[in-house]
Amino acid sequence: MIVRHNLGSAFGIPIGEGREFDVEGIRIAVFRSRNGSIYATQALCPHKEGSLADGLLGGSTLVCPFHAWRFELKTGQAIQGDCDIKTFPVELDDNGNVILTLA
Amino acid sequence: MSPKQKLVLIGNGMAGARTIEEILSRGGAEMFDITVIGAEPHGNYNRILLSNVLNGSQRASEIFLNPLGWYDENDIRLKAGVTADAIDRELRIVTTSDGEQIVYDKLIIATGSRPFVPRMDGLKLPDGSDKPGVFLFRTIEDCERIADYAQGCKRAAVIGGGLLGLEAAKGLLSHGPEVHLIHLMPWLMENQLDETSGAMLRKSMEKMELNVHLNKSTRCVMGEDRVKGLAFADGEVLDCCMVVISCGISPNVEIARGCGLTVERAIVTDDQMRSIDDPNIYVVGECAQHRGKVYGLVAPLWHQGQVLADHITGRNQNAVYPGSKLATKLKIIGVDLATMGVTEPQEEGDEVVQFVEHRNGRYKKLIIRDGRLIGGILLGDTDKAASLIQAFDRGTVLPEDRASLLFDIGPATRQGSIVEAPDETQVCNCNGVCKSAIVDCVKSGRKTLKMVMDKTRAGTGCGSCKKQVQELVEWACDGQLEDDPSIHYYVPGIPLNKPDLICAIQDQQLRSVSSVFECLAGGIEDPGSKMGLASLLKTIWGSEYVDERDARFINDRVHANIQKDRTFSVIPRIYGGVTSADQLRRIADVADKYDVPMVKITGGQRIDLLGIKKDDLPNVWRDLDMPSGHAYAKAFRTCKTCVGTDFCRYGLGDSTLLGTQIERRFQGLESPGKLKLATAGCPRNCSEALVKDVGAVAVEGGRWEIYVGGAAGSHVRKGDLLCVVDTHDDVLLYTGRFLQYYRENAKYLERTYGFVERVGIEKIRDVVVEDSEGIAARLDAEIQASVDAYVDPWLEADRPHTTNQFAGVLLGMTA
Repeated sequence: MIVRHNLGSAFGIPIGEGREFDVEGIRIAVFRSRNGSIYATQALCPHKEGSLADGLLGGSTLVCPFHAWRFELKTGQAIQGDCDIKTFPVELDDNGNVILTLA
Repeated sequence: MSPKQKLVLIGNGMAGARTIEEILSRGGAEMFDITVIGAEPHGNYNRILLSNVLNGSQRASEIFLNPLGWYDENDIRLKAGVTADAIDRELRIVTTSDGEQIVYDKLIIATGSRPFVPRMDGLKLPDGSDKPGVFLFRTIEDCERIADYAQGCKRAAVIGGGLLGLEAAKGLLSHGPEVHLIHLMPWLMENQLDETSGAMLRKSMEKMELNVHLNKSTRCVMGEDRVKGLAFADGEVLDCCMVVISCGISPNVEIARGCGLTVERAIVTDDQMRSIDDPNIYVVGECAQHRGKVYGLVAPLWHQGQVLADHITGRNQNAVYPGSKLATKLKIIGVDLATMGVTEPQEEGDEVVQFVEHRNGRYKKLIIRDGRLIGGILLGDTDKAASLIQAFDRGTVLPEDRASLLFDIGPATRQGSIVEAPDETQVCNCNGVCKSAIVDCVKSGRKTLKMVMDKTRAGTGCGSCKKQVQELVEWACDGQLEDDPSIHYYVPGIPLNKPDLICAIQDQQLRSVSSVFECLAGGIEDPGSKMGLASLLKTIWGSEYVDERDARFINDRVHANIQKDRTFSVIPRIYGGVTSADQLRRIADVADKYDVPMVKITGGQRIDLLGIKKDDLPNVWRDLDMPSGHAYAKAFRTCKTCVGTDFCRYGLGDSTLLGTQIERRFQGLESPGKLKLATAGCPRNCSEALVKDVGAVAVEGGRWEIYVGGAAGSHVRKGDLLCVVDTHDDVLLYTGRFLQYYRENAKYLERTYGFVERVGIEKIRDVVVEDSEGIAARLDAEIQASVDAYVDPWLEADRPHTTNQFAGVLLGMTA
């Protein structure tokens, strides 16, 4: 079943940063890049469970705050590190709200 | 159950008692009724520690191994104060000096030994009693009598230059008399030392005011009714009022000889420690001769006891005592010594490795046969003793580099040889990357340092192995190293070195990190470049800098240090490490209120509250009502102090006040790397000011030495002396000027130790102290502006800078 979740106004996430959300008990990290895009991924780094939402974001690249593993947010692919992360479809609606889709 | 056998032990010394313990630990209490016959009227004690009793550092009661109560607890019958006079092997009966006849099924002889007394005249009075002033050194009673007699004695002599003789001399020295050591042989401890080391030991002993006489044979103890002196075979005479004889041991074998057991130097045993004549009689300790050897050290005795216990209890009928290799590490009158095996080469082809340093009394000698250690002497420096004794014991093949056997080869040499190191050598100790992983990475086509570091993560932790990684990459490339222009960039994402980057930023008036990416990197944001740019822009623009928070690391966004469980650590500022009851109470209240899992004193004289949830940070700060300690930032962290002149008896300068002044002035100052400072009230340097980024040390005359570029983390470096000044204000002035010069000229993340080494202390002194470039006034003004711009970041508790700045988890709703 595909369910859409409203994570509130995009302004709840400062530009260039990420925040962690609890969506029906699932932890999701959502990022708002200066390139205008929104990305959503699993909340914790597969390496040592670093909080990805606290990472450094540049374009669509995220650096985990714990040990600097790097991920491509569009695909979840690890750029530096051994393990990819899960990504989720996310978009802005007409009112500027962040809409996340969980399957 | 079959009835218990009767086990009788003759001799209650260390070897015998230990053997009984070994038997008990193998269930011996179920098998045997045990009787122990001991000549001394108390339980057994550690004879090795006798010299401590003599010199007063331990009381006799402290060296008992098994007090009388132990025998009761283990249902052992102790006949103390009597001797065993005869053994009837036919009837299996021991007769004791009080006339009792004790029947045995199994007998253990552990009669030990007594002091060997060389033949000389005058030991006894005409009536046959001992001459007052003559002592042996063997029992607790001996110690007590020697110590008593030494009180009224001006000069004492010890005969015997072996280990025990030296120990006796040491004990006597502490009682005041002038002590003379008389030794028959040409050097001390001739069984364990060679001539060179024996001579060096003598020198060390003489430094301790022990008079050593070698090649001296004592002919006569002089004195009518008590000791007055010694006369020697060479005609010389030594006046003295007491003499302690310590010339080795003589095994107590009379009782064994009396019942017909084979006795050579001692009672001859087989490999199960039984007499070769009688399977019901075991022998252990100094009275036993095994494969031609008699042992006096504890380790062989313990081993014999274990084999005996294995065999007598049936635990292991095949137990074999193979003999012991003798190795020992000890301290003689303050001199470290380790010896093992032989002292000289024995066969043609035996190899000798030797190091002699007379000045410091250090001597190292190894004797090697077929690549294995068969003997060694370490005098004055026994750092390598443990590994050598192990190699000696196990007979392992030694490394080809013999020098490494004698010395710990320092890290510089290790770094130099990384390309020769084995494949599995761990190069990066932070991320656990071994040499082969780095080499394989290069072979797979990554031919720049950066590519290899990115791929393997080697050198990306503390960074201290980066040089070795580079060396390996260059080596593995076989000269095919590809040019990596990015190593010259200030940050990897902007293709400019630091001076060019600063010019471009100033020319184009770029005040934010995003504008730099926009204008200098084609709009491509590199997250790995953000923090470096933020640091640089802040230094260039000061209060005009446009502070985009996404350019900061999480710690600098929430002003706390992220931990492995995603909580944060909170360290409030405690100026100069001086706190108060009120502050401590508030910290304690916060710890209670927020259920803080760990409260820890930091190395920087502050208090760390660990395990704080991100959402709680603002409330914690409010409740603490203390400013941020910046323990998360590339910034001025802390100024460690000692108690200085307020309380310390040695204080020359008010280091506590100065440290507080420094911390109030520079708190939170951003810089390329973190800054840890210290002030010390005297050159004893209790606050470790010599290994700080900046350290001020008070010296006599009311002056302060300022050291810069010290470090004591992953890198250790003593700071360089920048200058000596007269006042606290001068310390603040030169500290500030140095810090500003460092802020402007260091690479991102380059600590002061790297900066000072790279630029050179002379150059820095020219600029900062002599003002050779005429920029001192400007540096002072810049640092003042930064000081004035300081705002406590924890005030963001009430004035957050971004939306949801401290939100841990936000809630999503079904749309």
